Amino acid sequence: MEETVNVICTFCGSVCDDGLFDVEKFKSKRFCKLGSSKFSKKERIKAPMIDGKEVSYEEAIEKAAEILVNAKRPLLYGWASTVNEAIRLGVILTEKLRGVYDQCASVCHAPGTLAVIEEGLPGGTLGAIKNRADVVVFWGANPMEAHPRHGMRYSISAKGLLVKDRKQRKVVVVDVRPTKTAKLADEFIQIKPGYDYPVISALRAIISGNADAVPDEVGGVSKEKLVELAETMKNARYGAVLYGLGVTQSRGRDRNVENAVKLIQLLNRHTRWVIWPMRGHYNVVGAGEVPAWEVGYQYAIDFSRGYPRFSPAEFSAVEVLKRGDCDAALIIASDPAAHFPRAAVKHLKKIPVIQIDPFPNMTTLLANVVIPSAVAGIEAEGTAYRMDAIPLRVKKVIDTNYWSDEQILEKLLEKVEKLMG
Amino acid sequence: MHHALHIKNGIVIDPKNGVKAEKMDIFVKDGKIVEESEIKGEDVKVIDASNKLVVAGGVDMHAHIAGSKINTGRTMRPEEMRVVRNIANKFRAAVGRVLLTSPAIGYEYAKMGYTSSFEAAQPPIGALHTHEELDAIPMIDKAALPVFGNWHFTFKYVEAKDIEKLKTFIAWALERTKGFGVKVVNPGGVEAWMYGGNVTSLDDQVPGFNVTPREIITSLIKATEELKLNHSVHLHCNRLGVPGNYETTVETIKLAKGFSNDARQVLHVTHVQFNAYAGDSWRNAASGAEEIAKTVNSMDNVTIDMGQPIFGHATAMTGDAPFQFTLHRLTGSRWSNKDSEVEGGAGIVPIVYLPKNPVHALQWAIGLELGLLVDSDKVVLTTDYPNGGPFTEYPYVMAMLMSRKMREGELANVSPYVQKATNLPAIDTEKTLEEVIHMTRSLPARVLGLPQKGHLGIGADADIAIYNLNPLEVDTSNDFEKVYKAFKTAEYTIKSGRILVKNGELVDEYWGTTYWVDATGKVDLEAIKPDLEDYFKYYSVELQNYGVEERWLRRPERIVV
Amino acid sequence: MLEVEIISGRTLDQGATVEEKLTEEYFNAVNYAELNEEDWKALGLQEGDRIKVKTEFGEVVVFAKKGDVPRGIIFIPMGPYANMVIDPATDGTGMPLFKGVKGIVERTDEKVLSVKELLEAI
Repeated sequence: MEETVNVICTFCGSVCDDGLFDVEKFKSKRFCKLGSSKFSKKERIKAPMIDGKEVSYEEAIEKAAEILVNAKRPLLYGWASTVNEAIRLGVILTEKLRGVYDQCASVCHAPGTLAVIEEGLPGGTLGAIKNRADVVVFWGANPMEAHPRHGMRYSISAKGLLVKDRKQRKVVVVDVRPTKTAKLADEFIQIKPGYDYPVISALRAIISGNADAVPDEVGGVSKEKLVELAETMKNARYGAVLYGLGVTQSRGRDRNVENAVKLIQLLNRHTRWVIWPMRGHYNVVGAGEVPAWEVGYQYAIDFSRGYPRFSPAEFSAVEVLKRGDCDAALIIASDPAAHFPRAAVKHLKKIPVIQIDPFPNMTTLLANVVIPSAVAGIEAEGTAYRMDAIPLRVKKVIDTNYWSDEQILEKLLEKVEKLMG
Repeated sequence: MHHALHIKNGIVIDPKNGVKAEKMDIFVKDGKIVEESEIKGEDVKVIDASNKLVVAGGVDMHAHIAGSKINTGRTMRPEEMRVVRNIANKFRAAVGRVLLTSPAIGYEYAKMGYTSSFEAAQPPIGALHTHEELDAIPMIDKAALPVFGNWHFTFKYVEAKDIEKLKTFIAWALERTKGFGVKVVNPGGVEAWMYGGNVTSLDDQVPGFNVTPREIITSLIKATEELKLNHSVHLHCNRLGVPGNYETTVETIKLAKGFSNDARQVLHVTHVQFNAYAGDSWRNAASGAEEIAKTVNSMDNVTIDMGQPIFGHATAMTGDAPFQFTLHRLTGSRWSNKDSEVEGGAGIVPIVYLPKNPVHALQWAIGLELGLLVDSDKVVLTTDYPNGGPFTEYPYVMAMLMSRKMREGELANVSPYVQKATNLPAIDTEKTLEEVIHMTRSLPARVLGLPQKGHLGIGADADIAIYNLNPLEVDTSNDFEKVYKAFKTAEYTIKSGRILVKNGELVDEYWGTTYWVDATGKVDLEAIKPDLEDYFKYYSVELQNYGVEERWLRRPERIVV
Repeated sequence: MLEVEIISGRTLDQGATVEEKLTEEYFNAVNYAELNEEDWKALGLQEGDRIKVKTEFGEVVVFAKKGDVPRGIIFIPMGPYANMVIDPATDGTGMPLFKGVKGIVERTDEKVLSVKELLEAI
């Protein structure tokens, strides 16, 4: 029996697949602080519960099915921290229930998806960046805290085919404050919060030969600095803009990303550039890709008419909750009670909530039915898509009595189908 | 559920077995076509196919139906998803205009009487995603072709002139990707795109490597033939979309000279329409179809497929990343790109084909010229879905190939540019129903190397389509409306002996097989292990985590070479 | 009292405890706001002090810490405390304004609610 096995990390979007896990000691090696915490023992939800009382899986799932079937418009939300096999069942379930499917990107990178719709996504995989990028710009992203090993594996100190040394790569950070990542960049450009859009416009103007249109200062950045950055970008052999929530969660949201994409389109007329979002969860990409192939859209999907409709303004979880437009919720692999604005959590407290999760969190505090699940990547296997949409099969290295998300949803779908006739 | 079928009194066209519109009964048991004696004593369902056409289910050997670029296409184009094809009931909700969701793809193929479809370009590191999507497509049998033409290992072994290692690598790659054959897309050109360029001839040097497209193609053909894979090298030529490119296509086709294979072609050149342009700019672009057709007809070891444009919406999505950027610049449309590790790339651009646009009309005419001028035994009917247009319009192409009158009607509505830039108006060829069935069934099955598909002989898979058309009575020259309508919607679609469609309506759901080719028995994988281990430092995943295991697929079928 | 712009976001500690939200460690990882040293002085703060952050969307009491933020900006780790005050409006995108919300900050003696108490108060 192997003591130390290879594991693929199921925390952040870096999905590092070089991890070592000591099964006996329940301890990981090589992973960062986030990965280590993922692969460590934590308090679990002990057993399925209905209104605080311990029940069997069958009973809890039966109750969950009843709640969902009796609801006029259930919201099924979360999905970013589980595997594709479970997500697919979730989409099919939501369709069956005529409910609303939304996933964590809704409050993270979904504005990037809106930008893809407007302009497309001129990108590349992490390996392409590691091998070729001699200029990397982190825009509104702080990987040293959110994707700690990203830099060493893919983007900062990572060595590749054409980049043999850290010195052969220039790392620029654009942010509103000097973050941990800014501190190890070659260049840090501080901008005023909410001014990403005009700064990007200024760069586009300079690179397209219209520097005259740019004033002396844009968004707290001097024209001189902008011209310098524009030169750096134009002279890159292969550049990458890796953007984060600084851009998607601030004023402008999707328009910021759209503008950045247009900048990349322009740069590709001179040299090679790619742009890609720093996706947060290990399978938030899957939470969007699976519904895209099953029903045509990545998030904010309503099935009340028996077919999928997409509308972020109407069907995203925050909007649906704010307007009181759902009368039950299934929350899986997520914690909206902690991560949604107050105005949305208010409604979540009022409606029946079913939670599927390995660990107790704030949503557990307001859930009526709680169903504990196995931890994907440790106790359950399945397919996950890394931030650059590369598929990896996360592993099961420990046996458990907890049901996997996939098993729970399979049973739930079965019960719902039975109840609905 | 009946295990046996008796399709009675149908008029069968089965080109592989020489059956040309003959009244014939077909017997099915346990998913296969059998002799009548086999079904004696069974609980048989009788299907009355009197006066109806009975053929094998359609085989689509080149379509983009599953994988990362298809899904990014969907994500980019929610406007495509607003056409509702099925409201969720016994079957899944199905939406899509030209781009379709995975359930919709399966349902629409089945409704049209198609029973197999092959994903034409699978990015190797994304193989698992391709398989997840293939496994989300109901009704049909499927497979995927991993792309080799810009894979660094390919370059290295071609550079070293090491055919043995190239063969070993191909076998390794097919096993890891659970792929079916060797697909090549703009060989060398996508690597050049990593530096902002492309290749402009078969003899350009690929940046960073001492190889040329010519060498890549011939080496891959040699390796594929020595491995005796089911399918030949499947090639998307260099210079796609460039006026004047037909010369490169002709030169490329001739690379097949010197190779031979008794069972099939040694080179299949795909969506040739996009590589059949004469002239030197979009101002004087014209058809190069005649030269290409002449070349293909003169060779006995090359096949092609059309890549027919259909007027209306389409989405350009290929592994030809530099071409996609060019298209973005030309049209100003949104553009997605994905440089992929050390393996290649892809690009996506929404497009539309307008009949009055001279360039689009030219493309449309060229596709038809190829379908008409090339021997029916050498040209497969495709639209390179979704690059040329929807696969649901194959019946339009079929009807057009059989009717000069229909073509004349269409020509009257398209840009007059085609009158001088192509020869289509002068072509009076009208292919027969047998030929068109061959081009959509028996020929693609032979091209792929699937002897149990595309025909109705004893032992074939019971993949059968019945159409409301009497081949003994229909006038395909004049009744093109009727022909089109009949092929759009099958009366019956039978897959592995199960009735999935009846009167154009879905009646049963079924999950097909995913074929993959295992050639590892013919090579010594250890021989390339050190190379893999060494070069994998340029990947962003571990070698131990690379690839797809059979047990992750829904219904894999391993074909051992 | 100070006018500020509020940014919420990820931190290593917040991420490392995100699967243990009912623990002391998580509480400590998300219950504070970082202020620029000058702003800290202007508010007359001491180590361990609390501040009340108020926006038009709500208010919350958090611990005050000195941090590497520009003047006029405070950083609160993403989580239930930040979400009491950020803007829930999504401008048609479904995404609330988690970063760049205008508000005011003042020193307070009120206590910092626990995660449980916070949820109850909503």
